[in-house]
Amino acid sequence: MAMSIDNIFGIGGTALNAQLIRMNTTASNLANAGTTAASEDLAYRGKRTVFKALMDESMTHPGAEYIGGVKVDKIVDDTKPIPKVYDPNNPLADKDGFVYQANVNEVNEMVDLMAASRSYQNNVEVVNTARELMMRTIELIKA
Amino acid sequence: MDVLSTALGVHEKALRVRDKRMEVLARNIANDDTPHFKARELDFKTVMAKFEPNDLMANTHGTHFPFADVVPDDDGMRYRTPFNASVDGNTVELTVEQARYGKAAADYQATLSFLQDRVGGIRKALRGE
Repeated sequence: MAMSIDNIFGIGGTALNAQLIRMNTTASNLANAGTTAASEDLAYRGKRTVFKALMDESMTHPGAEYIGGVKVDKIVDDTKPIPKVYDPNNPLADKDGFVYQANVNEVNEMVDLMAASRSYQNNVEVVNTARELMMRTIELIKA
Repeated sequence: MDVLSTALGVHEKALRVRDKRMEVLARNIANDDTPHFKARELDFKTVMAKFEPNDLMANTHGTHFPFADVVPDDDGMRYRTPFNASVDGNTVELTVEQARYGKAAADYQATLSFLQDRVGGIRKALRGE
């Protein structure tokens, strides 16, 4: 029986990784929040991560120590409508004088960033506690 | 049963179960943001009784409650009933899981200190103090 505390490091690691990707997409969204484009197709669409649990070995590889962890299944575009703004002086404006802005709400992104960083910290704590207990267990065999 | 596990008693097995339980709770915390994830829990009683249903915690008196009524192929895993339902079908309630993880860590340390006492006793016996 493999020691489960070992697995906690693996599981915590997958969670840290997933939350970090989520923070990256949020950073990307924030960076592109103010961008404008010449057409609706070219406009920046907010990116959203979709998480998925790693339920069994078929989802990773045999003997993996992070069964029960989490991964980013896919990154999807936000389906919110692209704002169309009348701005004829903008060099990107189309023939009718419209530009197309990113469909990103900065306040929402900040909240999501906070949630992701809180989740990240939670998992750091989980791993820390497991590490502490592991060290104490090792001390059992010390003189 | 070998000498060492007799000497360490029930605590060696208890530590393994406590260890496993910490893993289950860590899974829940890791999947706090996963849609449709169902939080799980390890039933300590069931798993402990599976180790040695006969030797472990025998009832020595008629008025004792039975230790557990165990189904042989029950691995002790249970689904958690959430206090509040969520839109994405996830049943992890982070604060609840964190509290349980903290308690599980304390339980682990308790078992660990029982083991420490046993190991200390064996050590004394070996030294002949």
